[in-house]
Parts: sequence; structure tokens; C-alpha cells
Amino acid sequence: MRKLTVFQKSNTAKKEKILNLLLGSSVITLFLVSWELLFQFKVVNPLFISAPSRVVLAEITIIKDGSLLTNLSVSAKEFLLGYAAAIIIGFPFGIMLGWFKLIRGSFGPFIAALQATPRIALMPLFIIWFGLGITSKIVVVLMSAIFPLIVNLRVAMTTIDSDLIHVARAYGASRWQIFRSIAFPTSLPFLMTGLRLAAGRGLLGVIVAEVFGGAEGIGYMIQYAGSTFQTDKVFAGVLVVAVTGITLDFTLDRLGRYFDRWRGEVAVH
Amino acid sequence: MDIIIAEKVNKKFKLKQGQNINNNGVASNQIEVLNGFDLKIKKGEFLVLVGPSGSGKSVFLDLVGGLSTPTGGVVYLDDKPVEAPSSKTAYVFQQYALFPWRTALSNIEFGLESRGVLKEERVKIARELLSLFGLSDFEDRFPYQLSGGMQQRVAIARALATKPEVLLMDEPFAALDAQTREILQNELIRIWEGTETTVIFVTHSIDEAVFLADRVAVVTARPGRIKEIIEIDLPRPRNGELRSSNEFAANRHKVWGALKTEVNKAQQDWKLAPQFSE
Ligand SMILES: Nc1ncnc2c1ncn2[C@@H]1O[C@H](COP(=O)(O)OP(=O)(O)O)[C@@H](O)[C@H]1O
Ligand SMILES: [Mg+2]
Repeated sequence: MRKLTVFQKSNTAKKEKILNLLLGSSVITLFLVSWELLFQFKVVNPLFISAPSRVVLAEITIIKDGSLLTNLSVSAKEFLLGYAAAIIIGFPFGIMLGWFKLIRGSFGPFIAALQATPRIALMPLFIIWFGLGITSKIVVVLMSAIFPLIVNLRVAMTTIDSDLIHVARAYGASRWQIFRSIAFPTSLPFLMTGLRLAAGRGLLGVIVAEVFGGAEGIGYMIQYAGSTFQTDKVFAGVLVVAVTGITLDFTLDRLGRYFDRWRGEVAVH
Repeated sequence: MDIIIAEKVNKKFKLKQGQNINNNGVASNQIEVLNGFDLKIKKGEFLVLVGPSGSGKSVFLDLVGGLSTPTGGVVYLDDKPVEAPSSKTAYVFQQYALFPWRTALSNIEFGLESRGVLKEERVKIARELLSLFGLSDFEDRFPYQLSGGMQQRVAIARALATKPEVLLMDEPFAALDAQTREILQNELIRIWEGTETTVIFVTHSIDEAVFLADRVAVVTARPGRIKEIIEIDLPRPRNGELRSSNEFAANRHKVWGALKTEVNKAQQDWKLAPQFSE
């Protein structure tokens, strides 16, 4: 068994955090400044490499002409629908896979095979089946996001403390009560990890799918800008994707910590 | 009046495939844990079970609690055979088994929840018990924020909250340090003496058995059955000072006398154990 130690955040840990933050942001600043200088002193061709200042200008342009909002809302819609579908299907399925031996035995190999298939390689098929519209993108997001959820929830069920089941049975809890009062709370931290991974995969899925084939969305915007040599706009699009990804990850991480608060600060030895 | 009657109880377990056990020289894939286990427990008494490890004490508690059924014989609770967990029994385990994501208060509510008691009533009962154990200031704490002794107090409170007729306690203090252990014994006996609950309490500690019990039942080495029952003739209400009295030592001596040979037998079993795995 893993040994868990509870410890308090010490002063040194706080100092270390601040130091890391300083070091991390100076590296980024150094990178941006050098990039800008290379452009200002005409060391590089802005047509290929762009520059931070030009990316900011491009960002302002696409905000002003409304193309960012239009494309972002299409991508967001594809992402959210696919992500929601992944949760609706993946959550109960992962739990059942972990909870019932029979389901694990029958579906396990199939899931493993699907999981090993690179989803994006199936994109041509999704386009044939679902067209170039948003449906094929939703399917890609669904297929990308569902596996981290299934895998995490399945593992969650194997970590259920059998002593707790013993207690619950001793107090006459029904199967449903056992599920609700033990399996569900046990699954929550795993669900949150799954949701985080799924968000990253889903975001990647939606962008790649749009780059691959489509006529709208941030991925399409990036692809179109690239093929017309608007390097600044490519970077502007990538920046939007990156910021979205980081925000999503941060939010889900915070939410995850809330659900994990009964565990305290733990270190795994 | 007897609230629990175990009659010729027998319990066997099938071992997992590939596992074998040696019963007096005969290899078998079944393990006989209890055989001819007869015991009558009086309503409201504090009965302590002692016996070597692996003699089936926990298995017996599970039978009384309705968590498993005997292979042969019957366990009666209030004259009815036990077939499933009853709302008349409550269980306390050595490993506390608190829900880590629930606060102390909410943990105590658990048993009442599965019995459909309403929230307001649950909280009221849980608060009363917290205060009985001196834990009122800790109601919002999660188990990881409580010491072992506090966690076990919460687990006992969770059991008492259901107002059980029979309280099953499986080595509840075994994981605690000696001092905390004595404090909890004192608390348990103080609280129990004010109730009509029947307690079946398993322990490895003879001191604990003598201090708590009305009667101590000694279980034989596996297959377990009752070897001897010793009446503890110490007055109630009891308190910590009792432990240093001569009467206490005399009772202690009686229990050890009955237990000694069984523990030796079980140790013989352990010495032979490596051979069994061949
Ligand atoms: N579910 C089970 N399957 C197989 N063997 C079991 C099972 N439960 C208990 N046993 C065996 O029964 C014996 C008695 O166990 P137990 O009642 O836990 O002993 P103790 O008296 O120490 O509480 C042990 O040898 C244990 O391995
Ligand atoms: Mg035991």
C-alpha cells in the first residue's frame, strides 16, 4: 500500500513557489523580448516568423472585424457538444466497466483496441460519414475526450475501500446506497482528472479536425491564414487556443482540488 | 433472556483456485473456520470473545451481523434466524472504516441515512453523540484531521447513533496506543453502562477483556468453537482504578489459564505453515 503523509505548507515551500514563478516568467519574457528584437533589427523575415508586436496587432484586428468571435463560437460549440457527449457516455460506462466484472470482460478488449487507434486518422471516415459540417468535429471531440474519462473512472472503481463496503452493508445499505455513498465519492477525484485530460484531448481534437477539413472555426482560421502566408494571424489563432486550454485546465484543477479537500495535503511515498 | 443464540454453527470457505490447506494431513480446498460453535448471549450483557488469531472470531461477528450466512447451524437474533443485516445490529471495526470524504458529523449520520431517518433528526442525534464523546468541537473535521482515538470514537458514535440492540465490536482498540486504549475503554464502559445494549466485543488483550466483560468466552484454535466461558465477578459501575485491584488480577489469571493452551496450539499451526504451502 502507498504510504500517505500529511504535512503543512511550510514557509520554505511558499518561498520556493515564488522563486519558481519568477524564474518561469523571466524565461518567457526573455523569449518574447529576443523574438521582438530579432524582428526589430530585421534579423528574420517577418513573413515567416512574425513578432510578438505583430501578433498582438493581428489579435486586435480579428477581434475588431468579428472573425475571432464567429470562429471561436463555432469551435466552442463543437467542443462543448462533443465534451458533453463524452461525459454523458463515458462517466456511466467507465463506472460500469470498473464495477461489473462481466462488462469489463466483454468490453475491455474492444475499448483497449479503440483507444490504441489514433482518432485523428479516422477523420477522413468521419467526414465521409458525417460530412464537413460540425457533426464530424463533434464526433472527433467525443472520440478524443471519452477515453481518459472511461479509463479514469474504471480505475476509480478498483480503488474502492472494501472496508467501507463492509460497513455500508453492515448498516443495511442497499446496492444503490452503496453506489451513491461510496462508489460515487470515490470516483470524484478520478472524474476530475479524467475531465482535465479529456478537455486537453478534446481541444486538440477540435482544432486538428478543423484544420483537416472545414470552413469555419479557429482551426480553420489558422489553416486558412497559414495557406495565405498570414503568419501573424496564425500565431494569433494559436495564442487563442493556448489561452483557452490553460484557462480550462486551471479551472478544472481548482474544481478538482475542491472535491479532493477531504484528502488534505498529501505526499505519496 | 437470550438475545443471540448460536446453535451448532459451522462455517466453511472455499479457497481460491490453486490454494490448498492441510487439515490433519488431508489436503483440501475448503477451510473450516467454525465447527460446532454454540453460544448464548444474554440481553444487555457485555460479552467478550478472546481466542487465537484466525480462530474465526471476525467470521462469527459477520454471521451475527448478517453479512454472511453459516454453512451449517443457525444464528438466532431475537429468536429469528439471521439472514441479512438487521437494523437491530451495528458494527465497529478495527480499521475505523470512516468515510474519508465525510465530516465527523456526517459520518455519524451514515447508519441513520440508510435507515431513512430525516436530516434534521440525524443531525440532532449525531450532535448528541459527539458531545457524549467530547468531540463537539470537531464536527466539521474530516477523518484525516482526527487522531486515531478520535476516529474510533466517531466510528463508535456512528454505531450508537442507530440505537442498536446488539453492538458488534471487532478489536476496535487494537490499533491505538496503550494510553488511548485505556481511555477509550473507560469511556466505552461509562457510556455502555447507561444503555441496555448487548455488546459482543472481540479483543486480543486479556486486560481489556476482563475490564469490560460480564463474561469472557474463549474460542479454540481453528476450527473455532467455544472452549470455556468465564464469568467476570467484578462490580459495576467500573472505572480505571479497578485495573490495579487483586480481584482484577485473579480474573485475569482465570482467562489466561483458559486461553493459554489454545494460543499454543495456534502457534504450532503457524510453525507448520511453511510445510502447508508445499
Ligand atoms: N471470505 C473468506 N474466504 C476464505 N477464508 C476466510 C474468509 N474469511 C475468513 N477466512 C479465514 O477464516 C479464518 C478465521 O478468520 P477470522 O474470523 O478473521 O479470524 P479472527 O479470529 O482472527 O478474527 C482465517 O484463517 C481466514 O483466513
Ligand atoms: Mg479478526
